[in-house]
Amino acid sequence: MLAYLIRRIIAVIMMVLVVLLTTFSIFYLLPKWSGQDLAVVYAGKGTSPEALEGIRNKLGLDEPVLAQFWEFVKGIPMGRDYANGADDVTHCDAPCLGYSFRTETSVWDALTSALPVTGALALGACIMWLVGGVAVGVLSALKRGSFWDRTAMIGALSGVSMPIFFTGMIMMGVFVHSLGLLKLDDELTSSDSIGVWFETLLLPWIALAFLQAAMYARLTRATMLEVMGEDYIRTARSKGLGEQAVIIRHALRSTMTPILTVFGLDLGVLMGGAILTEQTFGLKGIGYEAVNAVGSKDLPVILGVTLIAALAIAVANLVVDIMYAVIDPRVRLG
Amino acid sequence: MPRVFKKRRLTAGAAIIVASTMALTACGGGDEGEDGGDSKAAGYNAAIGKIANPSKKKGGTLKFVAKQDLDYADPQRMYFGMSWDFSRYYARTLVTYDTKPGEAGNKLVPDMAEDMAKVSEDGKTYTYKLRDGLTWEDGSKLTSEDIKYGISRIWDKDVITGGPGYLRSTLDPKEEYKGPYKDKNLDNLKSIETPDDQTIVFKLPKPNGDFEQMLAMPTGAPVKAAKDTRAKYDQKPFSNGPYKFESRHVNKSITLVRNKAWKKSSDPIRPALPNKITVAINKNLEENDKRLMAGDYHIDMNGTGMTQSGRTTAIQDHRDSVDNMQTDFIRYVALVTKTKPLDNVNCRKAVFYATDFAALQQTRGGKLVAGEIANSPYPKSIPGNDDYDPYGVLERKGKPDEAKAKAELKKCGKPNGFETVITARNDNPGEEDAAEAMQEQLGKVGIKLEIATFSGQDSSNMSGSLEKVKKEGYGMVMTGWGPDFPSGQGYGQPLWDSRFIQKTGNYNEAQINDKSIDKAFDDAIATTDPAEAKKIYTDLGHKILDEAYWMPFLYEKNISWRSPNATNVYSTAGYSGRYDYVMLGVK
Repeated sequence: MLAYLIRRIIAVIMMVLVVLLTTFSIFYLLPKWSGQDLAVVYAGKGTSPEALEGIRNKLGLDEPVLAQFWEFVKGIPMGRDYANGADDVTHCDAPCLGYSFRTETSVWDALTSALPVTGALALGACIMWLVGGVAVGVLSALKRGSFWDRTAMIGALSGVSMPIFFTGMIMMGVFVHSLGLLKLDDELTSSDSIGVWFETLLLPWIALAFLQAAMYARLTRATMLEVMGEDYIRTARSKGLGEQAVIIRHALRSTMTPILTVFGLDLGVLMGGAILTEQTFGLKGIGYEAVNAVGSKDLPVILGVTLIAALAIAVANLVVDIMYAVIDPRVRLG
Repeated sequence: MPRVFKKRRLTAGAAIIVASTMALTACGGGDEGEDGGDSKAAGYNAAIGKIANPSKKKGGTLKFVAKQDLDYADPQRMYFGMSWDFSRYYARTLVTYDTKPGEAGNKLVPDMAEDMAKVSEDGKTYTYKLRDGLTWEDGSKLTSEDIKYGISRIWDKDVITGGPGYLRSTLDPKEEYKGPYKDKNLDNLKSIETPDDQTIVFKLPKPNGDFEQMLAMPTGAPVKAAKDTRAKYDQKPFSNGPYKFESRHVNKSITLVRNKAWKKSSDPIRPALPNKITVAINKNLEENDKRLMAGDYHIDMNGTGMTQSGRTTAIQDHRDSVDNMQTDFIRYVALVTKTKPLDNVNCRKAVFYATDFAALQQTRGGKLVAGEIANSPYPKSIPGNDDYDPYGVLERKGKPDEAKAKAELKKCGKPNGFETVITARNDNPGEEDAAEAMQEQLGKVGIKLEIATFSGQDSSNMSGSLEKVKKEGYGMVMTGWGPDFPSGQGYGQPLWDSRFIQKTGNYNEAQINDKSIDKAFDDAIATTDPAEAKKIYTDLGHKILDEAYWMPFLYEKNISWRSPNATNVYSTAGYSGRYDYVMLGVK
């Protein structure tokens, strides 16, 4: 188990590095190929050659891409000084994921204030959709062909087919603008009470969960139907086990394996920023940072977001793999 | 069986869509009843040329919403008009714009200075005495040295980026001083003297009639040397105005609270009504409009007007809370004089005659939103604007004159027209559409336009890059421009003076290289007589049109939301027609 864990963690780190290097190269090389000066992109309306030179020096834009990449990676554990001569040093504390010259803040600061928002959004939504989706799926499978099954599956279909900005806008239109039942906070911070967080996040949770639960319901239903036809279920029934025990202890357990795989990936993707959800509800999480950064070509922030997203997906996958062993006794790690 | 199933599914889908449309309509209608505050709103255009809801009531929280954050909060680095307007909460200057509605807001009045400058006979020395009781947010005294230090920061061009360089190029054209980070001895900035704590003297190498305008920009604001964190100063500038930063989260929010150290007796300008000022930055413009109308926020800080759907609802249901304001922006097409055949004046004139200005106005949203058809290259608030109309644009109500266009084409040696490229920014609402409209219009006389688009952010690298313009053969650049300060210099010099042509980030897109224009700028700047300057700028504007270098087409307007609960609201020419933020209060 330990050896397995270590192997997997090394693989995770390698994967994240490869993703980063790719992003890094794309954003540094593409402007170069299209003949754009990255430093000009960083400067505002009053462009002076000195300002451009300063940015070029601080970011080391004249260095080879690999050297720049090494500086970046080194900065994560060690912190980093962006220097343009001895008088003009911008310090970035460890863990330095880069420094945005557009906003004059370190990427770590920007992302750490965004992470709790995205985390809370993802966590709340995924609990809702996992519980909701699996429950609906199981019930549908058990009452196959019934009125309940059809209604649930039609609901699921509409859930999958409606984009979040559509459901989100309707929900906001009704509950926030029209009925005034809920009030969305402009910017969730640690000083806001749990109540404020809950009120602001309730609609995004439901909107996101509705979309995802639909898929989980259909997936659960399909898997469950398959599992219920397996021999061991018949065996379990024939040895006199109650229906409840058959479903929960035997059927559900193996149904959960594929569900968890998808769940891990989905959760990872969400942690990397639920861009549409955050945009629709005006939440200032990782996705919001990402859109801003891409809009203003703020390369350091784009890299930071990529790092977080890659890490989240890799870690989520790792956790899922470990959970396989817990849920499904047939899986052995080694 | 599958057929039936399918059909049922379809019906269910349709039901959902119907339900959701109903929900949407419900929310559209809901605003009306819920707001109900329209009865107390001050009325359509109540903040244009007059003050809506005048009040002296203190207290409350003034809530701004914005799609875009300040470009910088650091006074020496900001260049957006809304940032300059906002900066008056925490960064005072020697002189500033009068807090009056409309054109009167373009007049300079003393702020930290006791009076306007004492200008020497030769127009080269400006002396100011500071008011008593000027303080920083920590209670320490604000001195003339702090003002000098603040201004000196713009010499450090590699750290203090972004802001305008007028003061630097006017006070030290040869750039002998290196900036306070490289040269700590402020005495080396010889053109600013501080004989005592209360006196500051500016010594110009040559006269500049607009010098005080430059001091009114936030670039002229003081910075306390001990509190200068250089690039990071932008995160939380140290205040000397009635409000200070409680927090600033870039691209997310700003919270200002009262600066207890500020003394009302030292400040004739700011009523400082609200207890707190917040800015929520939210990228969803449509949502921002909805929440403005719902009363969650008072004013849009960006001041660029409502979205199409927002203004439709606003004008229909809340007309009394809406202002149709004149900005000082001009929409124009620069005719690149270095790109053939637009190097020929007759080919350029053909473009003037072939353009359907009225259709461009319609494309950009009609008279209320796009603004009136422009004849002058200057905005209406700039001295120099007049009704000179050599191509009869206003006379024909913006309609083209194809016969004349063809005649000009013949003179230019291109009787069948020519081909060229027009650029437009794809993130500026309506600009691409306007370029397409021009493509169709000019096509009628044989001028074939190819449209090249890019984002506004990239424009300094595209239409603003000489190399790119040459390589891609850009012949026309469609864009917009507003003045840095209200004079021919502050508006037109970057656009038309050949000495402002830059390799990248060039704003003289037409690449006008006309010595008589350069000389006109020099003459107008050198004079301290506003009437004479106006005369020179008027002639200069005529020249721009006669030579058909640069084709203005709209004096831009927008539709802005004014909360019925906001007090002292008026549009000021001093900040491009935006509301005067420093005067606002809440009911």
